[in-house]
Amino acid sequence: MSAVMAPSIDSGRLSKHRRRKAVNAVALTLSMAAMAFGLFWLIWILIETVRLGVGGLTWSVFTDMTPPPQAETGGLANAIWGSFLMVVLATFVGTPIGILAGIYLAEYGQKSMLGNVTRFINDILLSAPSIVIGLFIYAVMVSRMKTYSGYAGVMALALIVIPVVIRTTENMLSLIPNALREAAYALGTPKWKVIVTVTLKSAQAGVMTGVLLAFARIAGETAPLIFTALSNQFWSSDLSRPMANLPNTIFKFAMSPYENWQKLAWAGVFLITLGVLALNIFARIMFRKKH
Amino acid sequence: MAATLPASHFDKNEMQRSDPMGRPPTVRRAGPWADSLFSALAHGAALLTLALLAAIIGSLIIGAMPAIREYGLSFLWRSEWDPVKDQYGGLVMIYGTLATSLIALLIAVPVSFGIALFLTELSPGWLRRPLGVAIELLAAVPSIVYGMWGLLVFSPVLSQYVQQPMQRLFGNVPFLKGLVSGAPVGIGILSAGIILAIMIIPFIAAVMRDVFEVTPAMLKESAYGLGSTTWEVVFKVVLPYTKTGVIGGIMLGLGRALGETMAVTFVIGNANQLNGPSLFEAANSITSVLANEFAEASEGLHQASLLYLALVLFFVTFVVLSLSKVLLAQLRKGEGARA
Amino acid sequence: MKFALVRPVFAAFGLSLVAGSVLAADEVTGAGATFPAPLYAKWADAYNKVSGARINYQSVGSGAGLKQIRAKTVDFGASDMPLKDDELAKDGMVQFPTVIGGVVPVVNIQGIQPGQIKLTGQVLGDIYLGKVAKWNDAAITSLNPGVSLPDAAISVVRRADGSGTSFIFTNYLSKVNAEWKSKVGEGTAVNWPTGAGGKGNEGVSSYVQRLPNSIGYVEYAYAKQNKMAHVLLKNAAGNFVAPDDLNFKAAAAGADWSKSFYQVLTEQAGKDSWPLTGATFIMMHKAQDKPAQGAAALKFFDWAYSNGDKMATELEYVPLPDSVKTLVRKEWSQIKDGSGKVVAAK
Repeated sequence: MSAVMAPSIDSGRLSKHRRRKAVNAVALTLSMAAMAFGLFWLIWILIETVRLGVGGLTWSVFTDMTPPPQAETGGLANAIWGSFLMVVLATFVGTPIGILAGIYLAEYGQKSMLGNVTRFINDILLSAPSIVIGLFIYAVMVSRMKTYSGYAGVMALALIVIPVVIRTTENMLSLIPNALREAAYALGTPKWKVIVTVTLKSAQAGVMTGVLLAFARIAGETAPLIFTALSNQFWSSDLSRPMANLPNTIFKFAMSPYENWQKLAWAGVFLITLGVLALNIFARIMFRKKH
Repeated sequence: MAATLPASHFDKNEMQRSDPMGRPPTVRRAGPWADSLFSALAHGAALLTLALLAAIIGSLIIGAMPAIREYGLSFLWRSEWDPVKDQYGGLVMIYGTLATSLIALLIAVPVSFGIALFLTELSPGWLRRPLGVAIELLAAVPSIVYGMWGLLVFSPVLSQYVQQPMQRLFGNVPFLKGLVSGAPVGIGILSAGIILAIMIIPFIAAVMRDVFEVTPAMLKESAYGLGSTTWEVVFKVVLPYTKTGVIGGIMLGLGRALGETMAVTFVIGNANQLNGPSLFEAANSITSVLANEFAEASEGLHQASLLYLALVLFFVTFVVLSLSKVLLAQLRKGEGARA
Repeated sequence: MKFALVRPVFAAFGLSLVAGSVLAADEVTGAGATFPAPLYAKWADAYNKVSGARINYQSVGSGAGLKQIRAKTVDFGASDMPLKDDELAKDGMVQFPTVIGGVVPVVNIQGIQPGQIKLTGQVLGDIYLGKVAKWNDAAITSLNPGVSLPDAAISVVRRADGSGTSFIFTNYLSKVNAEWKSKVGEGTAVNWPTGAGGKGNEGVSSYVQRLPNSIGYVEYAYAKQNKMAHVLLKNAAGNFVAPDDLNFKAAAAGADWSKSFYQVLTEQAGKDSWPLTGATFIMMHKAQDKPAQGAAALKFFDWAYSNGDKMATELEYVPLPDSVKTLVRKEWSQIKDGSGKVVAAK
C-alpha cells in the first residue's frame, strides 16, 4: 500500500518544499536588491556631488565673497565663515543645556514623572520640523528685535542641538555601570561631584560624539535659517545683523539660472557633504576607540 | 541626595566591642550648596525643554488664532488658496504632505526591510559593519543636497525614464489616467515622494536592523531547527516578534518625511491648486508653502493661515511620534531593563 | 578632548567677533523684488569697492520686501508693485523708482529662436488660464504661420512667491484678457489657475531652462543673461514688438512722475512700446528709527543715480530720466530722523 501511496505523498511534499525554497530564493534576492538599491542612491548622490562640486572647487571659493550673478570671480568665503560662526556658537549654547538635561534624565529623573515627560517632550522636539523652529524664533526674536540677525540664527540652531545632545548624553550616561557610581559614593563624594568627575568623565567620549553629531546635523540645516539669519552678500562677523550662511546661499544659487552661481552651489554642497560625512566618521572612530 | 557611608559591614557585636566613640564620624560635606545648585541646574534644564515645547506650541496657536477663528476645522478641507481674495484653505498642502509621505513610506518600508534582512541574515560578517555604516551615512547627508540633486540630476532622469513611459503606458487607461496626467517634467508629488523615500530609508533600516539583531537567537534557531528557510524565519518568526519595534521605526521615518522642507521644495512645483489626483502635476506641501510664502505673508489672514498649517503639521508629527514612542517603549519593556 | 586648546580658541573667537561688529557699522539691509536684483547686486558690489559701505540686498520677492519694510526688520524694501498713495500714507512710508525694466515671456521649445514666436495678450492670458493647452493650438499657430510648433503640452511656469513681476504681468493680462480679469485679477500673489511655481525670477528662469516646452515670464535681464528665447508681443498700437531698452523707454515716455510716483507702465500707447514695462520702487519709512542706516541707504541710491546708469543699460534696464531723478531727490527730504532732521546728506 505504501508503495502505491508513497510517490504521491513524496511528490506533494517535494513540490511544496521546492516552492518554499523558491520563495526563499526570491525573497533573499529581493533583499540583496534592496541593499543594492539603498547603496545605489548613496553612491549616485555622492558621485554627482563630487563630480559637480569638485569642478567648482578652487582656492577662490574660500577666499572670495559671494558674487553678483554672472560675475567672473567669486567664492563662498562669507557664507562659509557665517555658517561656521553660527554653528559653533549654537553648539556652545545648546550643549550645556543639553548635557545638564541629559544628566537630569540619567541621574535624577530615571523614573520620576518629570523625567518621563521630559523624555517624551525631547523626542517630540528631536523630530520637530525644523522650519517650525525657524518660525518660532522669527516670532520671538526677529520681529521683536526688528532685524534679522545672526543671533536669531544661532538660537534656532541651538534649539535643534539641544534635543540631540540630551538624547545622546542620557544614553551614554545610562550605559555607565552603577558600580562605578556606588564606588564613588562609598568614598564620600557628594552627588554632583560623582556626576561630574566620575560618570560624565567616563562617558565623555560618548557625550562628545553626541555633540559632534549635533554639530554635523546643524551644519546642513537650511530651513531654520531662512527666517532668522536671512543672508548677506558681504563678509560679516556682526551677529546682530543678517549673516551669510552656506545652506541658504546654496539654496538661492541652486535655484537660479546663472552658471557661476550654480557652480558655486555645487561646490558648497560638496563642502557641506564632505564636512558632515567626515564629522560623522570621525565621531564613530573616536567613540569606538574609547570603547 | 545626601552622601552617606554605605551600611557598615561590621556586625553589631563588633561595634559594641570597639571604641566607645562608637558611630563612625559623619562626613561633613564640603559645599552643601554645591549639590543643591547642581541639582537645581539639572532640573532647570529639564524644565527648560518643557517650556520650549510649550512656547513653540503657544506661539503657533497665538499666530494662527485669526485663521482658527475664521475657518475653524473647515480649514482642513477647504482647497481655495487665494491671497488676492484673502481666502485660504489647507487641503492642497495637507494632501501634498500626506501623499508625498505615503509614497515615501510605500517605497522605503519594503526596501528598509530588505536591507535589514540582508544586514542581519545574509551578509558575511566582514561586510556587515561597513554596509551598516554606509546606510547610516545616507542619514547624515543634509537635506539640501537631496533637494539640489533631486532637481538638477534626478528630475530629468525621472522625466525621461519613468514619467514619459508611464504616460505612454497608462495614458488611456480609465482609472490610472488621472494619476499620470500632466506634463511629465520630473516635478510633482511622485518626484518629491521618491526623494523623501531615499531620505528616510536609513532611519527605518537602522531601527529595523537593531530590533532584528536583538531577537533572541533561540527563537531563530528553533525555527531553523524545524527546517524553515531564512525567509520564513524572518517573515514568520522575527517580524512578528519585533513588530512593535518595526512599526515604531516606520513611524519615526514617517515623522521625518512629514517635516522635511528642503528636499521637497525643490521638486514639488509649488502649485496651490489641485487639478486632480495626478502624481505628475505640480503640487505643494505644508513645509514647502511655509518656506515660500511666510516671508511675504501679510500680517493678517494669510500669515495666520500659514501658521495654522504649521500647527496642523506639528500636531500630526506629534501624534505620529507619540505612537512611535509608545510602541518602542512597549518593545523595550519586553527586552528587560537597561544595563 | 584637548581642553588646553579651549581657552586660546575662545579668546581668538571672541576677538574676531568684537572686531567684526565694530567694523560693521556701515551696513544697510534691504530686501524685496527679484526684478532689479541683478542690477542692485552689481551696484552694491561697485559701491562697496568705492566706499567700503555694505549694502546687503536680499532678493526675496516684492511681497516679502513689503512685509519686511512694514515690520521694520529691514532698512529699505523693494517692490515692482508700487503702493497706492493712500496705502503709502497709512504706512508712513515714502516710495521712489530706481530703474525701469521689462517683463518678458520666455519659452523653451526645441528649435525656437529668441524672438521667433509672436503672441497677443489675449492668447498669453488663455495659456495662463489653461485654456490653450498645447503648443500647436490654433490660437498660437494662427499668429505664427511658418513656425513649426510641436504637438506637446505647454508647461506653464509662474511665480510661487509674492512678486512685483507677477503684478506687472497680471496687471497686463487683466487689461488685455477679460476672462483673466474676472477670474484671477492682478496682484503680487494671485490664485494661479495652472502652472508650476518658481521662487523668484531666478526660480522661474531656472524652471523654464530645465523643462521642455515650457513658458514663463521673467525680467528681461534674466532672459538676456541666460540666453533664453523671448517672445514678441502685440502692443496697444497693434505692432508686434521685441523687448529691448528702447522699447521700454518708449513705454515709459508717457508717464507723468511729477504728480505721484505711483505709475504702472503696462500696455502703454506708442508704436514701439513694450506692453510689459514696469518701474521698480524702493520703500522707506518717513520716520527713521535707525537714521544712520537710512542716511547710508540714501547715499547709496544717490551714488547709483549719478554713477549707475551705464551698469543699468548693460543689463538692459532703462535708467530714469534726469528730471525724475531730481524729483526723487526732492522726495528724500521727507525722510527724517526722530528729531525731525532730514536724514539725506546734501
